[in-house]
Amino acid sequence: MPDTVTTQAAATAADTTAGPLLRVEDLKVHFPVLKGVVVQKQVATVKAVDGVSFTLNRGETLGLVGESGCGKSTTGLAILRMLKPTSGRIVFEGEDIARHDKGRMRRVRQRLQMVYQDPYGSLDPRMKVGDIVGEPLVVHGVAGDKAAYRARIAELIRLVGLLPDMAERYPHEFSGGQRQRIGIARALALNPSLIICDEPVSALDVSIQAQVVNLFMELQERLGLAYLFIAHDLSVVRHISNRIAVMYLGRIVEIATRDQLYKEPLHPYTQALMAAVPIPDPVLEATRPQQIITGEVPSALRPPPGCRFHPRCPHATATCKTEDPPLRDRSGGRAVACHLHA
Amino acid sequence: MAVVSEQTLTAPRPAPAPAKAPLLQVRDLVTTFRTDRGKVVAVDRVSFDVARGETVAIVGESGSGKSVTALSILRLIPNPPGRIEQGEVLFDGRDLLKLSDAEVRAIRGNSIAMIFQEPMSSLNPALTVGMQVGEPANLHRKASWATAFARAKELLSKAAIPDAGSRLNSYPHQYSGGMRQRVMIAMALACDPKLIIADEPTTALDVTVQAQILALLKQLTREANSSLILITHDLGVVARYADRVVVMYGGRIVETAPAIDLYTKPRHPYTRGLMASIPRLDGDTGQRLVPIEGQPPDLANLPKGCAFAPRCQSATDRCRQERPPLEAVSDRHYKACFLDA
Repeated sequence: MPDTVTTQAAATAADTTAGPLLRVEDLKVHFPVLKGVVVQKQVATVKAVDGVSFTLNRGETLGLVGESGCGKSTTGLAILRMLKPTSGRIVFEGEDIARHDKGRMRRVRQRLQMVYQDPYGSLDPRMKVGDIVGEPLVVHGVAGDKAAYRARIAELIRLVGLLPDMAERYPHEFSGGQRQRIGIARALALNPSLIICDEPVSALDVSIQAQVVNLFMELQERLGLAYLFIAHDLSVVRHISNRIAVMYLGRIVEIATRDQLYKEPLHPYTQALMAAVPIPDPVLEATRPQQIITGEVPSALRPPPGCRFHPRCPHATATCKTEDPPLRDRSGGRAVACHLHA
Repeated sequence: MAVVSEQTLTAPRPAPAPAKAPLLQVRDLVTTFRTDRGKVVAVDRVSFDVARGETVAIVGESGSGKSVTALSILRLIPNPPGRIEQGEVLFDGRDLLKLSDAEVRAIRGNSIAMIFQEPMSSLNPALTVGMQVGEPANLHRKASWATAFARAKELLSKAAIPDAGSRLNSYPHQYSGGMRQRVMIAMALACDPKLIIADEPTTALDVTVQAQILALLKQLTREANSSLILITHDLGVVARYADRVVVMYGGRIVETAPAIDLYTKPRHPYTRGLMASIPRLDGDTGQRLVPIEGQPPDLANLPKGCAFAPRCQSATDRCRQERPPLEAVSDRHYKACFLDA
């Protein structure tokens, strides 16, 4: 059977090559905090995502890292339009989808898919694996006749490294790593150009993570996929990403290519994150300077004034306490939001 | 075969608690669970020592038996379905498995303390933090509540909780995740334990907070010359904090060595596989990771021989038929593998 997945992906890559695949401009996702039972009054706003901008090219992986509450998952959900953006533009394949209604999003979603963190919670336990993988085809009315549908499911299951006869089995018969492969097969069913992956390997055992990371990279090479790879594990993100954006309290504080970011992190928060990650080498760890920053991420309900990182920043000056640093472009395509690098 | 693995680690069997004996000696520990699929051996003939002041990491993936080993030491295995079938847990020369329930309760939270992964579910939501941190002093040291509260304040400050005095009357939900884990550490330190067992103490925390908590735990145990058993799946954490490492797979110890030996000269194919499969912050980029193929072992259906044999590139017929004993490769380095690698 010809590899239809590859050819289709190549064809679509050819017809819209101008511009980045995804351009997010000043995206804001704010949640109202309501009080009252009968008459509800908005008493505060959680600015989960507060002015995020980035681009993602075809076939590229952009890592989105940060600690809990930084807004990385909310950014992903807003791009998928599973959450309503408060403002901003989300230009996907040349089309601003930020205000699309359900019907128009349905069409877009064929090209924009998602892989979830929890391989146990994201598969319907009552459905056979083949039907899980094939469901997007049915939902979008592209399943074709029975033979074509079956063949496509078999192809997808093989593509993620499982055996076609596994289509007749149920999710509980599979391990966490295999379930994640099933989730990936489902995401690939409609030939997307972008997959948003939210912590796709963090629930997996260490020895299985590498299998799934390698699968993501192989699929990218074969199908020309782009990934927005949301994760907290800086070692995994470094391995898989071409470029990386670091988020803190709803903002991107630094965005750079992988080598720039890991060789020379500029933002003090990026530096702190790197220093906090232990390297599996006791000899190296014994000599590595241990600069551990103090404090925890403040509540997004009351972000600090000025630079949001200043209460934890070892280099904070008077300016940092009052003035919010914008994300400024620097040479080499990187950008930093820090007064120290103005 | 139990005898073989025991001999390799114990020979000669130490006399009861001379001054230089290890603080904790686990010998041939077997813990089983009754499940729908039959009896599962979660910990299978596990033996290891923890010296005074030493940090020993127990590393393994889910189902490797690392947490059950820790819970067995403190006799916290729910029975039924669990049961400690055999073995010895010699703590300061006394076999904890032979003590009465009351005697074990007098040790828990006193000379052996435990820190769990999820601080929110280990703290009582209805009691103030001051009461919970003061309780061990009140319970084990018979201190008055006034003294216990003063002790709690001191412990919370030690655990770097800012403004400890005024936070004694707060409840756990008023603390952040990192602060709750500091409370757990303060509780663990309450009675100057000789041994602290920390089961994935930072897995639920953010990276920067994880670094803070582990550094604090290490610093405080060092100051008190306490021993620490650190249970984790993170080989980076092990490299940063452990003196010695026990690697578990399928309920068994597959390798144990001083941390530097384990990382520079791993001898078991599983340990090697783990090292090759993890991306490093300073590793080569653009290179494929080398995963361990196959799936984690099913404890209810373990192979006859070596538990790792189905995933091992170098497995022979012998590996599939016979279980390899834990044997010394050098002074303090042991592996359970037939291959001479």
